[in-house]
Amino acid sequence: MSDNQLLEQIERYLNGEMSNDERARFEVLRSENADVNKKVAEHKHFVNLIKQYGERLELEKRLNALHSEIDVHSLEEELMIHPSWIVSIWRNHHSKISVAASIAIFAVLCTLFFTGYLNNHEMNYVKLKGEVEQIKLTTSKLNSQVNGLKRSPGRNSNPANFRGTGFAISSNGYIVTDYHVIKDADSVYIQGVDGKSYRTKVIYSEPGADIAVLQIIDPSFKSFGPIPYAFKKADTDIGENVFTIGYPRDAMVLGPGFLTASTGFRGDTTQYQVSTPVDFGNSGGPLLDSKGNVIGIINAKETHVEGAAFAVKSSYLLKTIQDIPDSLKGSLNLNSKNVLANLSRVQQIKKMQNYVFMVKVYNQ
Amino acid sequence: MSKELNSGIPTDNEVILGILNNSDSVLKRLYIAYFPMVLQLIINNNGSADDAKDIYQEAIIVLYNKVKTGDFELSSKLKTYIYSVCRRLWLKRLAQMNRYGGDIKDFQEYLSVDDETEKNNERDIQFNKMGSALQLLGEPCKTIIEDFYINNRSMQQICEDFGYTNADNAKTQKYKCLQRLKKLFFQQN
Repeated sequence: MSDNQLLEQIERYLNGEMSNDERARFEVLRSENADVNKKVAEHKHFVNLIKQYGERLELEKRLNALHSEIDVHSLEEELMIHPSWIVSIWRNHHSKISVAASIAIFAVLCTLFFTGYLNNHEMNYVKLKGEVEQIKLTTSKLNSQVNGLKRSPGRNSNPANFRGTGFAISSNGYIVTDYHVIKDADSVYIQGVDGKSYRTKVIYSEPGADIAVLQIIDPSFKSFGPIPYAFKKADTDIGENVFTIGYPRDAMVLGPGFLTASTGFRGDTTQYQVSTPVDFGNSGGPLLDSKGNVIGIINAKETHVEGAAFAVKSSYLLKTIQDIPDSLKGSLNLNSKNVLANLSRVQQIKKMQNYVFMVKVYNQ
Repeated sequence: MSKELNSGIPTDNEVILGILNNSDSVLKRLYIAYFPMVLQLIINNNGSADDAKDIYQEAIIVLYNKVKTGDFELSSKLKTYIYSVCRRLWLKRLAQMNRYGGDIKDFQEYLSVDDETEKNNERDIQFNKMGSALQLLGEPCKTIIEDFYINNRSMQQICEDFGYTNADNAKTQKYKCLQRLKKLFFQQN
């Protein structure tokens, strides 16, 4: 029996087309021959699969026909959850937005950088302690070796590391200057307008108000004589004609000006703002009003603003002096008699120049 | 959409009876009734309208086969069942496309329907094999097999269509075709 004939028989058997006789014989064959039996099952399965496949194709055709009747597009419009406009803008354009934002940030940073805005603001406020350049130091060291023998007692020709200004507050050798001038100092000397230099020690300092009090400890020192200016307790008004003298360079320099604000840098109430030319080295210099009263101590200036200097108010100086412990105070008696009141500016300066000193700080 | 008066959503029992009776109108009403729900699910979860069509038809076929084989027990609303099957199928599709973000926006309640979609998947594989085997078979075998086994035409009709001199020749041809089809089908992996 060929394969085809067997297949035909199987098919007729499965379709129930066999006569009873034939059917009985085939069933015997089937039960005797496992191979035939297997083929029957296999054929049945395979033909079923073909039929199901056909049904599936048919069903899909029907479904596709149904689908084509539906207006999918308008349904889609209706059923899509539309995100808010800002979300959809972001979804559609987020790459462009990101690029734009990066460029914007970069541009802002560049602008800030080139306009100097990113430099630290504190840089605008510089304390006026004069720092003598390294090169001058080395040259002068050489000089001092050559001139070493000429050095007279009480004089020190060594150049200072830092320089400021100070002024006498009592006739027996008490000097006031800025704390930042003598900070970290190993030794402090003062040098008067006549060129005489005295060794001093720091007896008290008040870093909060930037005030330091020095006392001359040099044996060659006797007395300053009566101090011509007094110290003002009350605040001074804006517009007051003021002046300062100090040592921005080796000679004493006058700085005339006006009191321009009753507060200092960034609203610091312990200070005045003064419009007066000051430079490094003016720190610690006295600020006087037109009558010759000390109303403050020069301590800083704003770098980007022309003529904006700052001075610690004299009331804080008085308070600092009060705070000095008695054991250190010794015989510090603050002068309260002002003899400059009715003098001209030239006379005032002539009288007080002996009481303003260059403060030289060594800290090697 | 449909303009027939009885085009509303068919009741669940109507659907089951309609599928068993091969009713076109019920199938149509069923199809139209739940497609928007599935479209909403798919297009709001990273899919297109075409994806929705594929998924929905697959779900209808799952339902159809289940009802036809008689093992369909309605344990929930038909709507929920269809939604759940579509949801399951779509999650699988998303995972295959690596587009699944671990989060799906749901619009209906749903049940878990794992095994049913698995069964359907196996059958799909068989059907795909059958389809490609038939393509490979070529004419006239393909048409002969389709006419005889799928369209249930008699050998006599087929004999006439193809111009065979007698039915025996046609039969021999048919068996040859069937043998080749089997061979092609089982050769595929």
